[in-house]
This record gives sequence, C-alpha cells and structure tokens, in this order.
Amino acid sequence: MLAGRIDVPSDFAIRFSVAKENLLVLAHIYTATAALTLGALFGLLQGFARANWIVMPAEFDYYRVLTAHGVLMALVFTTFFITGLLTFATYRSIPRVRSVRLGWIGYSVMLFGTVMATIAIVSGNATVLYTFYAPLKAHPSFYFGATLLIAGTWFIAADIFLNVAWWMKNNAKTRIPLPAFLAATTFVMWIIATLGVVLEMLLLIPWSLGWTSGIDVGLTRMLFWYFGHPLVYFWIMGAYLIWYTVVPTTYKGTVFSDSLTRLSFIMLLLLSTPVGLHHQFLDPGISATWKWLHALNTYAVVIPSFMTAFAIFASFEIAARKQGKRGFLAVIRWLPWGNPVFSGPALGMLLFIFGGFGGIVNTSYSMDVLVHNTMWIVGHFHVTVGGPVALSFIGAAYGLVPALTGRKLFAPKLALVQTYVWFVGMLLMSTSMHIAGLLGSPRRTSDVTYFGAAGAQTWHPEMVTAAAGGALLFISILMFVIVAVGTRFRDEVADERPQFSFAPVDDAAAPTPPIFDKLVGWGVLAIGLAVLAYVGPIHDQLSQPHFLAPGMRTW
Amino acid sequence: MHVHKAEKIWIAFGVAMLAVFLATITTAAVVEGFVPPSHIQSIDPAKVAQTPPFDKPGLHKLADGAYEAYYVAHIFAFEPQHLTVPVGSKVTFYVTSTDVVHGFSIPETGVNTMVEPGWVSTVSHVFSKRGTYLLVCNEYCGVAHQTMAGSVEVK
Repeated sequence: MLAGRIDVPSDFAIRFSVAKENLLVLAHIYTATAALTLGALFGLLQGFARANWIVMPAEFDYYRVLTAHGVLMALVFTTFFITGLLTFATYRSIPRVRSVRLGWIGYSVMLFGTVMATIAIVSGNATVLYTFYAPLKAHPSFYFGATLLIAGTWFIAADIFLNVAWWMKNNAKTRIPLPAFLAATTFVMWIIATLGVVLEMLLLIPWSLGWTSGIDVGLTRMLFWYFGHPLVYFWIMGAYLIWYTVVPTTYKGTVFSDSLTRLSFIMLLLLSTPVGLHHQFLDPGISATWKWLHALNTYAVVIPSFMTAFAIFASFEIAARKQGKRGFLAVIRWLPWGNPVFSGPALGMLLFIFGGFGGIVNTSYSMDVLVHNTMWIVGHFHVTVGGPVALSFIGAAYGLVPALTGRKLFAPKLALVQTYVWFVGMLLMSTSMHIAGLLGSPRRTSDVTYFGAAGAQTWHPEMVTAAAGGALLFISILMFVIVAVGTRFRDEVADERPQFSFAPVDDAAAPTPPIFDKLVGWGVLAIGLAVLAYVGPIHDQLSQPHFLAPGMRTW
Repeated sequence: MHVHKAEKIWIAFGVAMLAVFLATITTAAVVEGFVPPSHIQSIDPAKVAQTPPFDKPGLHKLADGAYEAYYVAHIFAFEPQHLTVPVGSKVTFYVTSTDVVHGFSIPETGVNTMVEPGWVSTVSHVFSKRGTYLLVCNEYCGVAHQTMAGSVEVK
C-alpha cells in the first residue's frame, strides 16, 4: 500500500507511531466503557423505580438519574466510542508517521466537557433530561460542558480530515481507503449536524447566565432536533462501519461491494439532517406540510439501511459458499457465533430488524400520534442505540482492546455469554416498553400509577417485565466491565499479537465511480438539503408574533 | 457502477413498500384530514390569564354535539382538571402553557400533542364511548411531573 510514495517511512518509525496511536484510541474506548457502566447503574435504578420496586429519594430523584442515564449513554458513551473507532479506522487504513496531538486535544476537550456536565447533573443543577428543552433552565456549566463535548469532537474530525487530505495529496490516483472514507463521511455529517446544537447553545448559554431575559422555545426545539436525528445516524454509521468492514474479518469474508458501501454512507450523509421534524410531529407552530416533507425524507433515509442489510447478508453468503456451505440454515450455522466480535454485532443486527420497523412506524406522520412520548419511543431507541449500536461497539471492543494492547482478552467465554445476555435482556425490555407505549403509558415519568386511575392499570405488568429485562442488561454490562477491567489488570501478553483489521473488498465487486470520493461536494450538497428542509419552518415561526419564555428551574 | 440483480430486486421491494406507506399516510391526510396537530398561533405566555378565551379555561359549547375546550397547562396541573362532555360529542381542545413545555395526552384516544409556552396547540376528538378518561402530561416538566394529570368524563 505504501509503494509509489517518495517518503516511505521506516518500519520502526511506523511502529513507534502506531504505539502512540493505540494509546489515544484506548483512552476513547475506556472512557466510553466508564460512561456505559455509570449510565447502566442509573438505568437499572430507573427500571426498578418505574416497576414501583423502589422509590428514588428526593435528594437523588428519578429525573436526575434519568438525565444522567440519557446523557451518559446517548451522548457520552456513543460519542467517545465512535471518535475512538473512527480515529482507529483512519489511522490503520492510512499508515504514516503522524502526530497524535490534535487527537489528544480533542479527547481532552471532550473529557473536560463531559466531567463538567456530569457534575452539573449529578449535583442536581441540570435535571433537564438529555434533550434539555428550554425553558427548563439548567446551570450554565451543563450547557458549557455539553458544548465542549461537541467542540472536542471537532478536533477529532479535523484530525481525520487532515489524514484523508494527506492521503489524497500523496495518492492522487488511488481511492481513499474504505475505512478512512467511511470515517470521514461520518464526520462530515456530524459537523453539519452539530452546527445546529452549537447554535442552540449560543442561545442557551447567555440566557442561563442571565444575560438575556427570555428564550425562543420553538426555535431551540427545532435546532435541537436538527441535531438530534443525525445524532442517531452518527451512532448507526459507527455500527455500520463495523458491520461492513470488521464483521467479515471474523469469518475470513469480504466487503460485498466497495461502491455500494460508499454510496450508502453518502446517502446517510445527505439524508440524515433534513428529517428532524419527525421528532416534532406533535409540535405547535410548524405546518403539517413541512412535517410531511420530513416524513418523506425519513422514508428515503431507510433505503441505505436496506442496502446495508443486503450487503451484510451477501457477505455472509459469499464467504460461506467459498467454504462449500449452501442454503440459508447452513450459512447461518456456519457463522462464527462463538466469537464475541461476531456475535455482538450479529445479535445487534437481529435487534435492528425490530428497531428499523418501529422507526418506520414513528415516522409515519399521523400514526405518530399514537406513540409520541409514550414508552413505545423508549422501547424504540433502546432496541436501536441499545441494540445494534451498543452491541456492535461492545463486540468490536472485544477485538479492538487486545489488538491495541497486545494483551489477551480476559475471560473470553464471559465476553461471549455477555453478548447473548444483552440480546435477551434487550428483547425483553424493549418489547414490553413497546407494548406499554401502545397501551398509552407516558415516557419520562417516575411513577405511572396516577393515584390508581383506571386508565393506568394495564401499564404496570409491562413495567415489571421491562425492569426484569433491565436487570439482565445490567448483569450483562457487569460482565463486560469484568472483561474490560480484567484485560487491563491481568495484563497477560498474547503469544501472537492479536489483530483487529479491516476486510478486503470482494474480488467480483466492480470498480467504484471516482465521484464517490468527492467528500467536499457531498458535504456542500448535504448542507444545501438541510437548509432547504429548515428554511421554511423557521421562516413560518419567525413570521408569527413572537414571544420569549423567561425560563425556570422546576426541580 | 454495477449493482447485483438480487440487490436491485431487494431495493425495489423496499422502495415499493415505503411508497405504499407514504401513499397511505398521504391519502389519509388529504382525504380524511389525518394530519398531526400543527396549529400555528402564538400567544404571550406571560399574559395567558388575560388572553380570551384562556382567561376562562373550560368547556364552551358551539352547537349540539360540538364543543371547544380551553386548557391552561402549568407546573404541575391542568386547568380545568376535570371536564365533563356528553357522549358522542366532538371536542376541540386548545391548550397552552404559562411556564415550561408540557404534554397533553388522553391515552385511550388519539388525543396527544405537545404544549409549549408561546404557542397554542389544538387537537380534536369525538368521544363516542362513555367512561372516565385519564388525561396526563407526557412531557417531563419538573419534579412533580408524575402528578400532572386530570380526567375527562364522558356521560
């Protein structure tokens, strides 16, 4: 891969560079693990509280725990894992002697912001949930911390873009390596998405400091969801990168098609943002026409997921046929279900079948009335971010950590069992959440008995099942922690350095059109689509007589 | 760019399925008027109590079987807390908030909307079955959010 370049670095220099890179990636992975662990504990408490098994004390109430759980899981765990994974994907597929300074600056800023926001939440000064809807007014340190977490990712993005730019300059005639391309595309999408939430923060911070007297509720909600849906795709693109390029290495397989992989990521880049209003179907102040348009776009963003499903199964089948296995069951049986690097993502894919179809229900416009702000939604995002995303990340970590440290994975059998326990726990929990939602149970509520009201009585059995599923998930996370901590402290050097590599492209795959690599162009197009999707709704709101809300602390 | 024949069939199947879904919701919206609550009317959240008709929350009769219900949501209650409507009547709810974001949901019906300070939300429903329906705030609004509830009695 290095041939043809003038400045071919020596093996030693590359190895030295790789050692520095590994440390940076490890820092991301272990920080993500810490957030996952703390978040899981809070999740367990919530599940038990909603089943009426425990009552959270007023000094550390349900909603504080809920805020911490949401922020640590949805924003901190996912983001740190993805920034680590994408940095790794870029560095490994573009080998060179490089500085990791930008990467460490990004990591430090992210960590600093995370600690700041977490302190604000745990001390009870930011019980605003992870959506921080104004005019609930948190302590300024919450908004500052969250902004720094985002700003830190921009350094990571810059590092990845600089590495890809270096590759394009020095390898003008070759394609951007697939893992680096996927990483860079994900970050172009992320930059466009996070501009929205940072703009929101520029309104919230001066207001929380008392410099402005009121806040525009409609605008801040729109800016949040402009970011909130692509955030979901940020998680999914991280998982897809694993599915396309890492999972095939567990069965000596190949990437089904280089061009279709790139195309699906380009479609995700273009279509992740102009869809945010499907989270606001029931909001006043936004016309039904704009909501319909976002519903249409959300349907369109399902297509790259269909493509991904095909590519994954095609990769399974091509590899199985090379081994002489034919037929659906033979292929399924042949897959390496005993390897957690496979079983994690693969079980996640199964959960995503439920997640995907539930998502189509949510985006089906007037149908959302039946599920909006019910437990159905909670079931949906647990079977997506807590299913395919978390299981793929955890599975990948089982391969990644030994490769980064050169150490043996501690208790590999426990690691394997962990992925299955998670699957069962999540299926149980999310299914009962979905059912509770269809029965009308509201989400984000500490106690749904409503003083014994008749309409609320069907919800309780579902909450009990959900709590049991949650307990299984918590046990599963404890297993993961034992493996992660054990790997670190057992510190047993592997006889042969464990590898975590990326799969080659299938021989039969046709060459990729060069236009796919024009990342700047795709980014500009994505911004154009986002502007088109939002200029109308924002104009509609601003053209009404406008009132700001003063905001308050209601907890 | 080469696309495998099996994949073409698969994508076509997926797109066709989405097209059917889109056609269904669009037909329902255009023909039956099934659209999500999307009222565009702003209101000064500091002056709700002085802004008619929110100065007198409650049920207003338009004609036989047709009512309007004006609600004010604030931490941690709805005004009015209880509402009685005759069976078979169509009620159009108008709801606004004086403080933070709330939800307005009657779980056994299709009544569900966000309530935001600065905006008026509206949603209609025909109550064709007798009974006492639970009304809940389904958006977190603060420490006693779980107590923010009311009822609609259909007689």
